Amino acid sequence: MPYELILRPRKGLSALNLKELFAYRELLYFLAWRNVKVRYKQTAIGAAWAIVQPFMNMIVFSIFFGALAKVPSDGLPYPIFVYAGLLPWTFFSNVIRMAGNSVVEDEKLITKVYFPRLIIPSSVAGVELLDFGVAFIIYVLMMLYYHIPLTAQILAVPFLLLLMVIAALGVGLILSALTVVYRDFRYVLPFMIQLWMYVSPVIYPVSIIPEKWRFLVALNPMAGIIDAFRSALLGKPFDIPTLSVSAIVAVVIFVSGIAYFQKLERTFADII
Amino acid sequence: MTTPLPIIEVQHLSKKYSLGKKREMYRTFRDTIMERMSHPLKKEGGTNDFWALKDINFTVQPGEVLGIIGKNGAGKSTLLKILSRITDPSGGQVIMRGRVASLLEVGTGFHPELSGRENIYLSGSVLGMGKEEIDKKFDEIVAFAEIEKFLELPIKRYSSGMYMRLAFSVAAHLDPEILLVDEVLAVGDIAFQKKCLGKMDSVAKGGRTVIFVSHQLEFLAQLCKRCLLVDKGEIVEDGPSREVISHYIQLVRNAAPTSLRERKDRQGEGRVRFTETWLEDTQGNRVHRIVSGEPVKIVATYETQAGAEVTNLAVSFAVMTIHGIVVLDLGTDTSASDYFGVVPARGRVECSIPRMHLNSGEFVYNVLARSAKSGNEVEDWVKQAGTFTVEPGDYYGTGHIAGTASLVVMDHHWKFSD
Repeated sequence: MPYELILRPRKGLSALNLKELFAYRELLYFLAWRNVKVRYKQTAIGAAWAIVQPFMNMIVFSIFFGALAKVPSDGLPYPIFVYAGLLPWTFFSNVIRMAGNSVVEDEKLITKVYFPRLIIPSSVAGVELLDFGVAFIIYVLMMLYYHIPLTAQILAVPFLLLLMVIAALGVGLILSALTVVYRDFRYVLPFMIQLWMYVSPVIYPVSIIPEKWRFLVALNPMAGIIDAFRSALLGKPFDIPTLSVSAIVAVVIFVSGIAYFQKLERTFADII
Repeated sequence: MTTPLPIIEVQHLSKKYSLGKKREMYRTFRDTIMERMSHPLKKEGGTNDFWALKDINFTVQPGEVLGIIGKNGAGKSTLLKILSRITDPSGGQVIMRGRVASLLEVGTGFHPELSGRENIYLSGSVLGMGKEEIDKKFDEIVAFAEIEKFLELPIKRYSSGMYMRLAFSVAAHLDPEILLVDEVLAVGDIAFQKKCLGKMDSVAKGGRTVIFVSHQLEFLAQLCKRCLLVDKGEIVEDGPSREVISHYIQLVRNAAPTSLRERKDRQGEGRVRFTETWLEDTQGNRVHRIVSGEPVKIVATYETQAGAEVTNLAVSFAVMTIHGIVVLDLGTDTSASDYFGVVPARGRVECSIPRMHLNSGEFVYNVLARSAKSGNEVEDWVKQAGTFTVEPGDYYGTGHIAGTASLVVMDHHWKFSD
């Protein structure tokens, strides 16, 4: 079939062109690879930085929230409890921070060459997944140290990883498109991430929230995801209702993130 | 035999920019809210619209090499941006029957921290090559760019020549059905430029469909059989290159606005602005045609912005041929004749040339004013601010007109010896 492409003004919502995205999969790989390479160029400890952030957070939180403020931790040692929450949270917060600025930072590409713009924020998730993997090594060491047994629940991790990526990309896409139009979001982001952490069960367990308010908490997709990560890793029972609500919200955010991004991307080259 | 379908069909294509938005570059939430509050009924857009392209129609046949010419701001680049899918049209449509790659700048996708090797892969993939394709062409790209020894060095350590060579080399090895090229050829040293043009020539002759946008008219005349002339967002002529180019030269000559005050396409801080520029003979009459060998003055007047205290003004005039080759760069700074002290509200600056060394042809010049604000602040820079024509004259005082074949003439002496 002869190749034919028609360019005309686009209005309303456009469908996701999966065929085209697939054709550009190598570019996604190369941009993710660029992000990895660039991030640790000319740093002394390189990829070890991926460990430093959650690890230092874990120590500080363990001292102040665990040992001093005596925040409950579902009967688990506080350090491993908080680290299990910090793993998905660090991924999520880094993705939305980096993705949020990604399109503006790649302005040169946007104005000079065509490719599906979704690739730019998406490529951020690649680096962060790698960092997640590196930070996970510490977690394994902590499991050995605290003698936490592995359970069959660990099998839920791939599914949770997928949810985590979907939630982070959904928010990241919306923020990256908004940042192009309104640079205010550059300043909103750090502040937003900070608040978001406190409303997510990173330093405290979901169980301290009264049952009747839990669905409200679960509207924050990271609430269900972080809680479920802890269940999968530490063997405590899953809170299925909370996870279900969070998962649905994550999917809704992801789909609307793509739709919103695709609507705004048409004007990127003109206003960036 | 049926004629093949055109590979590109452009039908009633238009592009609108909202000037307000463009000038601000980006908006803040506050702007949007304030706007909505002060004009609650006004829809976005409105009277500030600027049509960069208006009802453009043309078709390109497979294998055709097309040139697009026009003055700065005529809409050439916008057209190329729509064809390469960077921006959406506002009206009309384009049908493309082949895969497109576009070269709108040198070094698209380059990252300064990465090595030459890494950047070949990155830029290649951004421009639309697959990994396998890059693997296959890698050695060729490196050899063409002549950077074998520096392959592992981050490109931020490259000289600008090396950088340009590498960038061009990656781009030159693209293999699409339709190639769109914007003014990217004037790179590197002369030898490399020749090599680039040779490569472009073979690309153009290799049966590929190519669209070139360029100010290098001579180059376009060589490569393209057909040219489009774009002016104020419309196609004013579509025909054989030589004809279109000579009409374009006339257009540039006639349209030269002597009043610079209204020019919008200027750069710089704007605390000093040129208001007018012209050429003068020794009696102070304004002239447009001058004779080679005769004295002439290039004059410009300027104003300082109300309230701005500007000190130490440096002015320069860069004269180039209609093909964009700079032949002279006359600056007050090279002969230590800058204006020292506080610049007055209105002023005039003239550059006296005792003998015109240009031989014959059409010339345009840019005017540039810099101040000493923080070292070297560009205050006003207007490209193609003025034009003039030089006619061959009795330069050597022999009673004969000097030959017209050369661009410049100069005093010289001969001596034979055994």
